[in-house]
Amino acid sequence: MYRILKREQLNETVVRMELEAPLVARKALAGQFVILRADARGERIPLTIAQTDAKRGTVAVIFQVVGAATMALGAKREGEAIADLVGPLGNPTEVEGLKKVAVIGGGVGCAIALPVAKRLFELGADVTSIVGFRTAELVILEREFRAVSRRMILTTDDGTCGEKGNVCAPLGRLLKEGERFDAVFAVGPLVMMKYVAETTRPYQIKTVASMNPIMIDGTGMCGCCRITVGGEMKFACVDGPDFDAHLVDFDEAMGRLRTYTAFEAQARERNCNLFRKEVK
Amino acid sequence: MPNFNMTEKRHTMSVQDPSERRSNFREVVLGYDDEAAISEAKRCIQCKTRSCTRGCPVGVKIPEFLSLVAEGKFEEAYKVIEQDSALPAVCGRVCPQETQCEGKCTRGIKGEPVGIGYLERFVADRHMASGRAEERPRSNGHKVAVVGSGPAGLSCAGDLAKRGYEVTIFEALHLAGGVLVYGIPEFRLPKAIVRREVEALADLGVRIVTNAVVGKSLTVGELLGEYGFEAVFLGTGAGLPRFMNIPGENAKGVFSANEYLTRINLMKAYEEDAATPIFPARRAVVVGGGNVAMDAARCARRMGAEVTVVYRRSEAELPARREEVVHAREEGIIFRFLANPTEILTDGEGNVTGVKCVEMELGEPDASGRRRPVPKAGSAFELEADCVIMALGTSPNPLIGRSTAGLTVKPHGEIFADEGGQTSLEGVFAGGDAVTGSATVILAMGAGKRAAEAIDAYISSRRS
Ligand code: FES
Repeated sequence: MYRILKREQLNETVVRMELEAPLVARKALAGQFVILRADARGERIPLTIAQTDAKRGTVAVIFQVVGAATMALGAKREGEAIADLVGPLGNPTEVEGLKKVAVIGGGVGCAIALPVAKRLFELGADVTSIVGFRTAELVILEREFRAVSRRMILTTDDGTCGEKGNVCAPLGRLLKEGERFDAVFAVGPLVMMKYVAETTRPYQIKTVASMNPIMIDGTGMCGCCRITVGGEMKFACVDGPDFDAHLVDFDEAMGRLRTYTAFEAQARERNCNLFRKEVK
Repeated sequence: MPNFNMTEKRHTMSVQDPSERRSNFREVVLGYDDEAAISEAKRCIQCKTRSCTRGCPVGVKIPEFLSLVAEGKFEEAYKVIEQDSALPAVCGRVCPQETQCEGKCTRGIKGEPVGIGYLERFVADRHMASGRAEERPRSNGHKVAVVGSGPAGLSCAGDLAKRGYEVTIFEALHLAGGVLVYGIPEFRLPKAIVRREVEALADLGVRIVTNAVVGKSLTVGELLGEYGFEAVFLGTGAGLPRFMNIPGENAKGVFSANEYLTRINLMKAYEEDAATPIFPARRAVVVGGGNVAMDAARCARRMGAEVTVVYRRSEAELPARREEVVHAREEGIIFRFLANPTEILTDGEGNVTGVKCVEMELGEPDASGRRRPVPKAGSAFELEADCVIMALGTSPNPLIGRSTAGLTVKPHGEIFADEGGQTSLEGVFAGGDAVTGSATVILAMGAGKRAAEAIDAYISSRRS
């Protein structure tokens, strides 16, 4: 069993959990993920590791409650345990040798962007973070990003906090002004990563997207995490999750992510009803 | 002179009616009762050729166990099978008997062969029902790690534990059993049977660690080093699904059989309130002709789809177990032989709408000795479908190879190992699909047993 040592609500729908997982904590590096199940009959949920404490043997994950599975996970309290946790899976983000980088995070993707920014900062890189949210209430990890960035730009779609607009505007501006990054890391919704890739493409700056497709096993066995990169089929769980954003077929990936939308809606409905019953 | 039963036909096993079973996941074949088993066992004339045993990949002493069944000594019969087979309840159900023991049976020359598979299953189920637990052997103080809990790993672990080794199995998924739990469906191999096999190992003192991916969570080097295991057995199977490399393969509604089956079998997507989604296929096309293709087709059928199996060779070459093909047909599955997909058709939103195929004909024999299918010019045709399941076989998982320095791996990912499973690294053994590429449960089990012997010899030689 994997105990929840700490549970924090970062905003209305985003939860951070620190879990006991010594085997994973010993090995985990920035960019890797775990797969966990809240209960014995639960769905397997892939989540990127947000923080690792090898000494205490813990890993932290940050997730948004969006579907039935994350709802079940989010309902767990501090001190309780979850049924399963396996990892670290996937390859760590390649950060060696980079001097000047931009880390772009969108929404809950910021939780995954942060460890990358942090790792780069620790290696002495000059880090520009651009983090975007829909609105002020949803802003998370602002302080944490500032602590590891030379420059930090915050955007909200509605302008309630930081710059108004999405993350591509300030990125484009910096590039236009002549900023040259060794690499740009994009972590967030597929459509955001797609536009980050389009923004950097004319400048031929190496751009890395962290892909988060539907997964089951996370070990290369089911193939449901497959995506097309440069015309080739790749399994995100074993070949990624980081890929060259200029080569990823984002439109296809967006389509694949919607494979089970109808089911998800039903499951959410069912779960909400269950919760309602419990409350009554 | 014992009273042999000379009827030419074997005792049939009762099966669930096709019209009923095509909408449930309960076991299809229902088994013999004592009387039928005894009568069927008497059909064995104890001939001196013992060709059945020679046809068995692990050499089960079939005439001996059959004669014990004929005498009603079921537990004794079990003991005979157990000497050579670690998973009789499983093998009785999933072995391709028609090409192995039963294919060689003397009674089969004139009439039907003895129902050896049915009787193996009967004896094993009878043993399980009796609830007899094995005695836990005294520990010899030596530790062995087994990676993977499929047929190879389970049989290797069982044999080592019986010899007194302290065995720990590492399994990547949250449940032990490997392909027996994620691949083979409930209606062919009830999961309760797999669970009991795993529990039997636990009774022998085997430790099972789930959620541990060797190659990621731990490495082979660490197992041999800081964890203090004296030998490691790699039974990691062949889990990497193959695709066809044709347009449309990443459309919504295209799945590897591994994904489709894992959702159904491991994640129980067929249960009413399952947490795991399954694609609501109306018309499914399954590509392939092996057992996995049959399993996927029959699962899709049970989930409510009209199913067509597309296979590039002819019916005679179908590699699937014959009984599964018969059952699939009875359940209303349509077969399109000598056909091969060339493109998956989609609508503007990336949903599957059909499969474009070509007809094939059989040409010259290829390296495997089977006639190679070649496309017929101008024979393109389309099948309507909203779901395509690829059951084209699997390659060994590359994780271990990539993370274990010094382990020699063949070009397609198979781990290089000798007869006893010795790999290129000292103390590291391997067997099953990880070494051979996708094969059968019985072969993997046999490899696990041979490796157990080799590991025992290896550790004993180090001791002295
Ligand atoms: S999640 Fe199954 S292969 Fe990647």
